[in-house]
Amino acid sequence: MGIVTPGFFGKRREADPHLPPGQYETKDFPVLSAGPTPNIHEGEWEFSITNESGDVKRWSWDEFMALPIENVDTDIHCVTRWSKFDTKWRGVSLDTLFAEIETDADFTMAHSYGGYTTNVPLEDLLEGKAWVAFEFDGEPLDPEHGGPARLLVPHLYFWKSAKWVTGLTMHETDELGFWEVNGYHAYGDPWKEQRYYYDS
Amino acid sequence: MKWAIADVVGVREETPTARTIMLRIPGWTGALAGQHIDIRLTSPDGYQAARSYSLSSAAGAEFASVSIELMPDGEVSPYLVRGVSVGDQLEVIGPLGGWFVWKPTQPEPLRLIGGGSGIAPLVSMLRTHAEAKSTAPAHLLYSVRSPDYVYFRDELDALAAAADAEVTIQYTRHAPQGWTGTVGRLDGARVTSWAASTAPADGGTVSTYICGPTRFVELAADTLVATGADPLTVRTERFGGA
Ligand SMILES: Cc1cc2nc3c(=O)[nH]c(=O)nc-3n(C[C@H](O)[C@H](O)[C@H](O)COP(=O)(O)OP(=O)(O)OC[C@H]3O[C@@H](n4cnc5c(N)ncnc54)[C@H](O)[C@@H]3O)c2cc1C
Repeated sequence: MGIVTPGFFGKRREADPHLPPGQYETKDFPVLSAGPTPNIHEGEWEFSITNESGDVKRWSWDEFMALPIENVDTDIHCVTRWSKFDTKWRGVSLDTLFAEIETDADFTMAHSYGGYTTNVPLEDLLEGKAWVAFEFDGEPLDPEHGGPARLLVPHLYFWKSAKWVTGLTMHETDELGFWEVNGYHAYGDPWKEQRYYYDS
Repeated sequence: MKWAIADVVGVREETPTARTIMLRIPGWTGALAGQHIDIRLTSPDGYQAARSYSLSSAAGAEFASVSIELMPDGEVSPYLVRGVSVGDQLEVIGPLGGWFVWKPTQPEPLRLIGGGSGIAPLVSMLRTHAEAKSTAPAHLLYSVRSPDYVYFRDELDALAAAADAEVTIQYTRHAPQGWTGTVGRLDGARVTSWAASTAPADGGTVSTYICGPTRFVELAADTLVATGADPLTVRTERFGGA
């Protein structure tokens, strides 16, 4: 634990079991992005999964909306230390999308409009752990929060929930994405405080 | 990299609600301009709170400095702005972040847009630019409430006087006596006209860095992209808030 800071008592005293180490609860919805917010219209939006052999499965916005849609109620944890409880989303489960994909690879890279990427192991996207979400709090997802659609992987730090997502590629080895190359942790488990590349 | 115990070796009041804290960090070998550190406070019963603060010191500075705006209801910033004195110790980790950075090897013109405490990493870039004697043209657009709220006042004046950087201040509420420019919020039209006036004659690439409260960054970045900037040349750091 480190040195005591004389005269500092802190404000957020309650130890909340929903709060990972080093996080604090916020009611706002702060924004973390590396650049300007891309503006993508639903008409041009497309989502695809490319397997390790290069086979591509694509969905247009309308095809996507025709898939089974799930309601997700979850806590989210940003690496800049805020957590937000009971956020409400609607989206398509990655289990639904991967039901149509032939793959033996263990790793994925999420790709976003604007060129950002983030790496996530496939097992972290399956079995009810991840969605492509297009609605937040009953409204279409705001562009600054990743609209028209973002990945939602709430058990990892929120940068893994790639905003403006447009596809996944499958890889046999774990390669680093944009945020990870720039100093963030390769995996990003908030409960283990895996914020930066040097955290174990 | 591990949490280190830093000594506070200097404090300077920047504005009535902001101050710069200078730190001696064991093993510090400098940073890239634009990077940040995390500062962690621990109460007597072991409760901890940590926040990120951009470095305002030049890349190669012996002492790291951070420049902090007091958020009235905040947990960490009131302590750092009001509670810390020279001789105190703080836990820090860093330098952190690899994208919102400027390197003196970048030859292209540099465009900086800052709001409030968002000036901190931009001043680090300008200091680094001056120390490296970079010949890349540098332009700063700085949005502040009123003259009392300008951070690094003397230094910005000196940089402008030495023609190291062209500094444009947008006063949002009150301007100094004799001010001939406009007063008011930094809106899309102001960003656009400033960007046009700083555009290189040859139409070449410019790197833009925008930092401040979230809304401010969104406005400035959206405006630049809407008027033709390549999004990949616009880097942003959002400090939070609305
Ligand atoms: C990479 C990075 C670099 C940063 N660099 C700096 C810096 O150089 N100087 C600096 O002063 N701050 C900086 N910040 C913001 C800083 O980390 C804290 O968020 C800020 O000091 C408030 O912390 P707090 O504990 O006092 O307030 P908290 O207790 O965390 O929050 C209090 C309230 O203030 C709101 N709030 C938080 N930040 C802001 C803001 N910027 N504007 C308006 N409202 C806000 C919160 O949403 C909350 O409602 C940086 C943030 C990041 C992510």
